[in-house]
Amino acid sequence: MPSPSEPTRDAAPIISLRDVRLSFGAFEVLRGISFDVARGEVVCIIGPSGSGKSSLIRCINGLNPLGGGSITVCGIDVGDPKLDKRALRRRVGIVFQQYNLFPHKTVLQNVMMAPLKVLREPRAEVEARARALISKVRLDGKENAWPGELSGGQQQRVAIARSLAMRPDVMLFDEVTAALDPETVKEVLNTIRDLAAEGMTCILVTHEMGFAREIADHVYFTDQGVIVEHGPPAELFGAPADLRTRQFLDQVL
Amino acid sequence: MSARAFRLPAALARPGAPALMPRPRLWMGLVLLAGFALSVAVAEAQQAAAGRPGALAVLRQWTPFILQGFALNLGMSFLAMAIATVLGLGLGLMQIARSPVLRLPAKFVTHLFRNSPWLVILFAVMYLTPFQMRLPQLGLVMIPDWVKATAAFSLPVMANISEILRGAVNSIPKGQWESAESLAFTRGQTLREIILPQCIKRMIPAWMNWYALLALATPMASILGVHEAVGNAQAAMEAAGSRPEFLGPFYLFLMGLFFVYIYPISLLTRRLERRYAVTL
Amino acid sequence: MIPDLIGPWLAELHRSTGLNFVVFYDGFEYRRFVAGAVLSLQLIAAALAVSLVVGVIGAWAQGARLAPVRWLMGAYIEVFRNTPPMVQMLFFYFALGAYTPQIDAGGYYEPMITAFGWALISLGVFGGAFNVEIFRAGLEAVPKSTHEAAESLGFSRWQIYLYVTLPLAFRISLPALTNNLVSLAKTTSLAYVISVPEMTFTLSRVWSDHVNVPEMMLVLFVFYVGIVTIIAAGLHLLERRLALPGYGQ
Repeated sequence: MPSPSEPTRDAAPIISLRDVRLSFGAFEVLRGISFDVARGEVVCIIGPSGSGKSSLIRCINGLNPLGGGSITVCGIDVGDPKLDKRALRRRVGIVFQQYNLFPHKTVLQNVMMAPLKVLREPRAEVEARARALISKVRLDGKENAWPGELSGGQQQRVAIARSLAMRPDVMLFDEVTAALDPETVKEVLNTIRDLAAEGMTCILVTHEMGFAREIADHVYFTDQGVIVEHGPPAELFGAPADLRTRQFLDQVL
Repeated sequence: MSARAFRLPAALARPGAPALMPRPRLWMGLVLLAGFALSVAVAEAQQAAAGRPGALAVLRQWTPFILQGFALNLGMSFLAMAIATVLGLGLGLMQIARSPVLRLPAKFVTHLFRNSPWLVILFAVMYLTPFQMRLPQLGLVMIPDWVKATAAFSLPVMANISEILRGAVNSIPKGQWESAESLAFTRGQTLREIILPQCIKRMIPAWMNWYALLALATPMASILGVHEAVGNAQAAMEAAGSRPEFLGPFYLFLMGLFFVYIYPISLLTRRLERRYAVTL
Repeated sequence: MIPDLIGPWLAELHRSTGLNFVVFYDGFEYRRFVAGAVLSLQLIAAALAVSLVVGVIGAWAQGARLAPVRWLMGAYIEVFRNTPPMVQMLFFYFALGAYTPQIDAGGYYEPMITAFGWALISLGVFGGAFNVEIFRAGLEAVPKSTHEAAESLGFSRWQIYLYVTLPLAFRISLPALTNNLVSLAKTTSLAYVISVPEMTFTLSRVWSDHVNVPEMMLVLFVFYVGIVTIIAAGLHLLERRLALPGYGQ
């Protein structure tokens, strides 16, 4: 997969960040982040807690307002004050650390709800697609289960299916395995791996270094609101140039 | 009413924890005062036109009388609360007893008095208890109406305190019972030394809440002739000529009187609820 | 019908023991009794309904953007929770009632809002004040992260409120709501003070006519305890039906 700094056949990057800034009160969380993501690329963002990784992801789908700079997703300017947020969110799907399934709906209803109510697609079509997605995340037979009856890993896979039901162009993953037991982490990572292999553009914030190394096309290391270093995983993990990167990797690997 | 007029509550609490009301401000009671002032102004205008003493003057004249009645309301509330607390705790302990001989009657009494309207209980006690009793030292003694009313008010509160105790005991984690048992405590010792001391703090906000409800129920005694604040106010209005312009100011005055007494109690209760923060 | 079934037995009971359940064996008293019971049930149903509506609107208003709306709501709640319900009812009926216009009912003038109407308004507003708090607590107990998930899927604000927040908030509020509605049903007996001919008032007239206070008191207790138990049971059933497996304790 080509890296963003090289010209590709797919000319324009699907996501473009330029000097993104964000502050919570007096505290500057993001201090000038810039990078591009090409269509079909898998990008991992790693870094210590508080480096602004989650805030960055949430800026991309409009949950956090930008404090400066610009983000363009599929041609939509996220910083535009007259932004149609729903149009943005039809293109960008997100999976959270806490799955956040709707507890009062069954698995199938959770997956079907947004396409039905937001996209207003016909029920038969939505149901067929939902069942296919549930099958794809390997939860066949659980369509009528309630979220409370599922394990964390199962709930997270439902959350992924729910986001995929909207047919996004980009999927964001915000530390999706951080709240799971080690055994269930694997099932979720397998699902993400399949997704990436099919060509979905993915941005993952993660602590799973091994996984990042395996599936990422490009890895960004952030610390204190800036990108310290980036590169293909072999380079970043194998021969980190910056001291801070080395220190971080020493701690986590 | 556009969608933008509605803002989702900002400070959403930790999942599952009940959120608390925004800090109540004393000036919220000013709405009551505002209504009071308005009705007085209207009454004054009407009276001035007719050349008779205004509602405010009449009210001022009768205020001491009404306050005398209010003292009786307070007295009834303290006495009833004391009785209800003692009996309620006893009833509650009976409800958690192991022997059905103790438990079932206690459950029945609690259920009965929790599910009956206070007014009906008041009627029952007023009509069905004798108006005089033969006491050992004192001979034949008249039982005043307010004593009967106090007893009547204490019954539902007793039942609710019994429930509060039961709820508090149930909210103590099972682990406490198990460790006590493992240390060879008897059930009685466990309750006395370990469980009940932990319950007291949790019960206090609910207990205070029931006091407030009790105090707000005492005006019902006026229906049966007790000379408390509302009864006295109604008598005062009659004595001053039963003019319709008095109704607003007098009733608002009564509401204000109770509000000034109960609101601080309510605020204190909420502060204690926040501090102890266990839902029974 | 009922007088035919148990009437004769109760009449015999009266003759032999003096226990006088006149409402069941005397036609006239039975009709009075039924009228009182029906009015009580109507008052309870209507007061509960009004208090729910007030609660929902109030909970919405407490989240409104305009500060004065929030303050007004807060003041309303504090006033009605910290003053005696009986005085509230007297105020509504006598003080406000004195200012409502009279309408021409064909030859004579009738107040626009009857005693029943004022009792209904007073009880609905009183119960509503408590419901607002309960609904608000329910709304705020829905985790923010659930909102964010819905928002991220592209739902509009109203869609989130309707499909996600309300169903969850309702389930969370149900236990406290049950308590409050049961309490309100009992409080309807206060309508006695403004002479609404519901159950308490009607039976008090019967026992003053027939001097059978203990018997009528028993009927009164059974009536209210029965109604309250039915309402509580109904709401508990609703709670069980709506309970989400695995969710909460």
